Amino acid sequence: MGFTLMEGNEAIARGAVAAGCNFFAGYPITPATTIYNTMLKLLPPSGGVCLQGEDEIASMGFCLGAAMAGKKVMTATSGPGISLYSEHISFAIGSEIPIVIVDVQRLGPSTGSATKGADGDIQFLQWGNSGGLPVIVLAPVDIGDCFTLTMQAFNLAEQYRCPVFLAANKEISMTRETFDPDLLKRPRIVERRPAAANGPNLPFGVQEHEAVPGFRAIGDAQLGRQTSSTHGADGYITTDPEQIARMQDRLYGKIQGAVSAFSYFEEHISSGADTLVITYGVTARAARSAVQRAAARHPASLLVLKTLWPVPEEAIRKAAAPYKRVVVAEMNLGQYVREIQRVLPDKTVDFLGQMNGDLIQPARIQEVIENG
Amino acid sequence: MDSLLNGNRPPVFCPGCSHDRVLQALDQALTGMGISGEQVVIVSDIGCSGLFDTFFNTHAFHGLHGRALTYATGIKMARPELTVIVTMGDGGLGIGGAHVLSTCRRNIDLTLLVLNNFNYGMTGGQCSSTTPPNARVASGFLNKLEKPLDICRVAEAAGAGHLTRISTYDRELVDKLKAAIAFDGFSLLDIWGICPGRYTRSNPLTPKAIDADLARLPEMTGVQSANQRMEYGKAYRREAASLAQPSPPVNIDITCSAPNRDRQEIVLLGSAGQRVITAGELLCLAGAAAGCHATQKNDYPITVMRGHSVSEIILSETPIDYTGIENPTVVLALAPEGVNRRQALFARLSPQTLIIKAAGVTLPPNPAAVIEVDFKGKKIKAQDWALASLGVLAGEKRALSMEMLDTALKLRFNTSIYASAAAVVRTVIPETT
Repeated sequence: MGFTLMEGNEAIARGAVAAGCNFFAGYPITPATTIYNTMLKLLPPSGGVCLQGEDEIASMGFCLGAAMAGKKVMTATSGPGISLYSEHISFAIGSEIPIVIVDVQRLGPSTGSATKGADGDIQFLQWGNSGGLPVIVLAPVDIGDCFTLTMQAFNLAEQYRCPVFLAANKEISMTRETFDPDLLKRPRIVERRPAAANGPNLPFGVQEHEAVPGFRAIGDAQLGRQTSSTHGADGYITTDPEQIARMQDRLYGKIQGAVSAFSYFEEHISSGADTLVITYGVTARAARSAVQRAAARHPASLLVLKTLWPVPEEAIRKAAAPYKRVVVAEMNLGQYVREIQRVLPDKTVDFLGQMNGDLIQPARIQEVIENG
Repeated sequence: MDSLLNGNRPPVFCPGCSHDRVLQALDQALTGMGISGEQVVIVSDIGCSGLFDTFFNTHAFHGLHGRALTYATGIKMARPELTVIVTMGDGGLGIGGAHVLSTCRRNIDLTLLVLNNFNYGMTGGQCSSTTPPNARVASGFLNKLEKPLDICRVAEAAGAGHLTRISTYDRELVDKLKAAIAFDGFSLLDIWGICPGRYTRSNPLTPKAIDADLARLPEMTGVQSANQRMEYGKAYRREAASLAQPSPPVNIDITCSAPNRDRQEIVLLGSAGQRVITAGELLCLAGAAAGCHATQKNDYPITVMRGHSVSEIILSETPIDYTGIENPTVVLALAPEGVNRRQALFARLSPQTLIIKAAGVTLPPNPAAVIEVDFKGKKIKAQDWALASLGVLAGEKRALSMEMLDTALKLRFNTSIYASAAAVVRTVIPETT
C-alpha cells in the first residue's frame, strides 16, 4: 500500500478519465479551473478532446454536440458558470443528453468569493433550469469520493441519459490530500445503450419495459436526430397533449423512480443515540469529528448523504427511524434542511447553517448535538 | 443523386419566404456534391431558420437560440468526417455574437448560413442586429438608434477563411453554397432575403432592392486570402499527436517513520514568492512517506507576486476528517503578511506549540516556544525560506525527520532541483541526522 497526493479537482479529472470521459470543455473559473487544467494534460495526448469555450454557454454547447455524436463528456465550473449553463441544463434534461457537470461551489451570491467555499448551490442545481424536471446530484466528501463519485456520475449519465451534477466545494476541490488509489471502490463502467440497429428510427422511442431510449449517435449509419423542442418519440416537434404528457412523465419517472438504485450514503451508528446528524459534502468531515467528540456525553449517529437529488427519501426515512431528533448541518443558510423537514415531518429537526467562507467547525456541530 | 429533402415533411414557410429558396438551394448543393444524408448534420438555430433540420433527411441537431455554432463545434470535433451545416437567422447572429466571432477565429470546418431577413420573423418582426435604421419594425423607434451589423466585415476581421455575401435570388447561390461547403475551414454565407410574413408588410423590400443594396457594399466572394491557415480540428489533432503522455500521479512508498505520533497541525505564514505552497506540499509528501494521511489547504490572494501566502497542513496516522486548523502544533512564521492574515491564531496557541520565526517578523503575544532563524543572515534567498524552515523543523525532530524531508524532496523534484533544495536544507542543519 502506498499513498498518492493530489488536489480534489485533479482526482475529479482522473476519475472522469477512468470512467471513459473523452471530451471536456470548460471556461476557467476559480475554484474549478484545475479540473480544466488536468483534463488538458490528460485528454489530448490520448486522442481525446479538451476545449476552452469562449464562455460557459459555448463550453456546455460543445459538450452537448459531442455527447450526441457519441462522446462521454464533462464540463466543470462554479456558481456563476452554473447560472450560464442553465439553458443547456434544461436542454440536456429534456433531450436526454448524457453529461457530467461539476459545480465546484464557491461562496455566493453572484460572483461572491472566488476562493471561499460554500454549499450554496444545492437547491439551485435541482431547480435552476426551466421545466422543473428532476436531476441527479452527487456530493463528494473527500478526495476518494472526488474520484469514485465522478465515475458514478458518468455511469448514471450514460445509463439514464441525463445531466449528472457533482456538487463539489472549494474546500474539497482545492484541498490537497493523500489517498491510496488501490483502496478506492471503483464502479464497473456503464456505457449508454445503443438503439436497436434495425429498429424504427425513433430517437426518443422506448419499449414497454424501458424508461430510457436507446442511443443513436449523430454521424452513425442510421440518422440521429436531436431537438430542444417538445418532441415525440420520432424527435419531431409535437403539440399532441398525449405524446407530450407521455414524454414528460417518462423524463420525470426515469430519474425520480430510480433513485433507490443510486442512493449513495454513509451511516455511522452509535448505540444509545437519540440524535441523528444528517449532512453532506465537506461538512460531513466536521460532523464525523463532532460525533466522535460528543460520544461520551451525548452519543449521536451520523448519516452522510452522497446522493442529494433526487432526495433519497427512503434511505433518509429508514436511517432516521430510530431517532427522536435530527440535526442538519450545511454550509448555507438552510437549503437541504427543507428536504429533511419534508421527508421527516414527525422528527424534531435542529439546523446549523453557516455561510461566512469558513468550514463549519466540529465544535459548533458538537454544541448542537449536546445542547440543541 | 436523390434529393435530401424529407418527403414526409414538406417545408411550411410562409408563402413567398426566401427561406424556402435557400432550403432548395442547400439541397441542390449537397446532392450536387454527392453528399448523402448520413454524411451531413444540419444544426439549426432558433427562429424560422430553426426549421431547416426538420425538412432534411440528414442527421439533425436543433438547440437553443444563438448556440448552434457551439453544438456544431462539438459535433465536428467528435466526428471530423461529417459535413456540418449550421443555419441561423439574423437573430441568432446577434444573440450568439460571441460564438460567431470565436468560430471565425477557430477556423473549424463548419458552413454557416445566415438567413438574413432583417428582423425577428417568428416573434412578430422586431428589429435585429441587421435591421436598417430607416426600416419600420415592431420595435417602435429602437432600430433608428442602432447601426446594422455587416457580419461579413466583422467575420473577416475575426479571421473567417471563406465569406460570401449574396442574395437569396442570386442564380449563383447553389454554386456559392458548394464552394463554402467544400472549403476546409470555417465558411460563412450572409444570405439576404425577404420575410413576407413580417418585414415586407411595412418595408418595400424586393429582390431588385436587395441587389441594389448589395451592390453598394464591398464584394465578399469566397476565400479570404489573409485568413488562410490549417483547419482547427486538423491543427488540434496535429498538436495533440506531438504531446507526451502526462506523468502519472506521485506514488509514495512508506519508507520512514514520523518523530511524533500525534496529529500535527502545521501552519505556514509567509508571503508571495517564498514558495510556501510548495513547502506545504513537501510536508504532505514527507508525512505520507511516514505512513501519515495528509491534507493541505492554502490561502493566497487572487493576484500573484504580492501579499500573503498561507498553507495549513495536517498530518495524522488516522484518516483526517475536519481539515481546518484547531490546535496548531507548529507555526512557521516567515513574513508579516502571513502573520497578519492569521492574527487571531496566536492567542489560541499552547506552550506545546513550536513557532519557527524569521528574524524581523513580529508576532502577536502568544505562549508558544519560539525559535528565531536569521535566514537573511545565512544568505538564504527569500524563495527558499519556507523550504529552509522545514529543515529547521526537521532538525528539531518536530512533525518530520530529516529522512522524511529528504524523501519528500526526492519525490517532488528532479535531480538537479533536488540537489539545490538539499543544499538549502544543509545550510540550516549542517549535520544531517
